[in-house]
Amino acid sequence: MNQFQYVRPAEVPAAAKAFTKGPNTHFLAGGTNLIDLMKMGVVVPERLVDINHLPLKKIEKTPGGISIGALATNTEVSIHPLIKESFPLLSLAINAGASPQLRNMATVGGNLMQRTRCPYFFDTTMPCNKRVPGSGCGALEGINRMHAIFGASDKCIAVNPSDMNVALTALDATVHVTGLKGKRAIKFADFHRLPGEHPELDNTLQKGELITSVDIPVSPYNKNVHYLKVRDRTSYAFALVSAGVALNIENNTIQGARLAMGGVAHKPWRLTETEAFLKGKPVSLDVFKQASQIAMQGARAYEYNKFKLKLAPNTILQALTTAAGLKA
Amino acid sequence: MSGKKSNNPSDSEEFLNGTRRDFLKKSSLLTAVALTPGRVVKAAEEQWDEKIAGVFEKVSLHLEVNGVKHTVAVEPRVTLLDLLREQLHLTGTKKGCDRGQCGACTVHVNGVRVNSCLSLAVTNEGKKITTIEGLANGDELHPMQEAFIEHDGFQCGYCTSGQIMSAVACIHEGHAGSEAEIREHMSGNICRCGAYPNIVNAIQAVKNGGQS
Repeated sequence: MNQFQYVRPAEVPAAAKAFTKGPNTHFLAGGTNLIDLMKMGVVVPERLVDINHLPLKKIEKTPGGISIGALATNTEVSIHPLIKESFPLLSLAINAGASPQLRNMATVGGNLMQRTRCPYFFDTTMPCNKRVPGSGCGALEGINRMHAIFGASDKCIAVNPSDMNVALTALDATVHVTGLKGKRAIKFADFHRLPGEHPELDNTLQKGELITSVDIPVSPYNKNVHYLKVRDRTSYAFALVSAGVALNIENNTIQGARLAMGGVAHKPWRLTETEAFLKGKPVSLDVFKQASQIAMQGARAYEYNKFKLKLAPNTILQALTTAAGLKA
Repeated sequence: MSGKKSNNPSDSEEFLNGTRRDFLKKSSLLTAVALTPGRVVKAAEEQWDEKIAGVFEKVSLHLEVNGVKHTVAVEPRVTLLDLLREQLHLTGTKKGCDRGQCGACTVHVNGVRVNSCLSLAVTNEGKKITTIEGLANGDELHPMQEAFIEHDGFQCGYCTSGQIMSAVACIHEGHAGSEAEIREHMSGNICRCGAYPNIVNAIQAVKNGGQS
C-alpha cells in the first residue's frame, strides 16, 4: 500500500475542510472497500481523513421517520428495533450482503460510497473508464457475466454492488450531506448516477461533501416485504440479480408497491413503472407475472449476461409472491 | 502468548533497532521530521489537531490486546493484522487473502468480530482487541477450542484461528440457533479443506452446553 498523510478531525466542518484542500484525499470510515482498493492500487490516496471519531452514529426517530447516522455500522442498522419494526426490508437487504465481520465494520455512509466489483475496475493492468477515464471498457467485450442490463453506456457496464442501496432506494430515503458550502439533502434516487460519458463519477456528491445521515420517511411498507438475492453461492457473494419488494396490501388489493433491483445497473434500480402498474391491482400470481415483465422494459444484455434477462423477472416474481404471502 | 509476557514493544530495543525495513523507515523519517513543525502548525489552524501524521511518520497508538495494554508506533498504512503479527508477534491470527474475503484474520474489537486485514491499526486507538491467543484461560482451552479438537473442525488449520474467533462471536450474537443459521453466519470464514460440517458440529456442541 502506498504511503499517505493521515488526518483525524473531531468535527464535521474540519473533516470537510481537510478534504477540499490539497492532495488527492479520501474519507476513511469502515475501510472495508477503501483499504482493499488501496492494497490493489486501484485507489491511491495521498491523504486519508479518518472520520470515525465524528458524532455521526445515532439511529433515531424524527418527526417524519427515522434518521440513520452515516457512521452507524451495517450490523447496528440491521438489528436496530426501530429499523426492524418500521423498515424490515432494510434489515433483510443488509443481512444479505457481505459477511458478519464486514457488516460489523462497514458503515451506512461507506456502503453508499461502495465502488463497483467489476473485475476490470479492480485489475490495474486492464482498461477501465471508471478507474482511468478514456482508457476504454474491458468488460464491454470481455467477461461480462456480472454486468449491467439496464442503463449502461458504451463507456461502462459495471453495476453497483450494494444490497443496502436497493432497499434504501425502494424506501425513498434521503441522503444528508455537509460540505464547505453548507448542508444539502439529496433524494436517494438522485444520489447514484448512470455511467453515461462519465463512469468515473459514481454519484452526485461534490468534492469534499460528507454524508452525515440517511433519513427514511415513515411508510406503510413494513409488513409485506421480501429481499431476494440470487448469487453464485448460498451466502457471501455479490448479487447476480437481487430484488427488494415492499407491498402495502389491504383487503387483497395492492394499495402501493415499492420495488428495486440490485446487480443490474450502475445504480440501485428502482422500478417506478412496475410500482405504478401494481397500484390498485388485486394480489394474484397473474398480476405479479405481468409486473415482472414490465420491470424488464429497456433491458439489454451482453455476451455473457444474457441469463439475467430471464433471471431478473423470475427473481422479481418470486420476491413479489413471497412478500405477498402467495404460494407460487 | 508473546503478547501477554512482552513489555511495551515500543520501549524495547528490538522495536527500535530491528530490521533493515525499520532502518529504511527511519531514513525516510528524517525527511518527515524536517517537515513536521510547519505541518503541525497548519494542522492546528485547520482544526485537524486531534491526530495528524505525515507520509513517513509513525503515529503513537494505544490499545489493549488480550488484556495487555500496549503503546506502539505505527505507520498509518499498517493494518491491525500486520500490527498484531509483525510488531506484537501474535502470529495466531492468520493472513489469508488480506482482502476481507476469507476471514482467516478475524479478531474481536471491543467484543465484535472484524476482519483485521481491512482495519488500519491507527483507527483502533483505545480499543480492546481479542485474538486467538487471548481465548484460553491459562492452560485451559476455551470451550470452542476444545470443541474444534473434539469434532475435528480443521484439517490444515490455517483458517482455524479465524473460524474459532468467528464461532465464538456467532454464539454471542445469538446466531447459532440452527445449522442453517450457523452456516449463514459463518459464511465469512472460508475453509479450503472443507471442514465445514465438523465446524458446524463444534459450534452446535458449544451452543448446547458442550454436549457432543
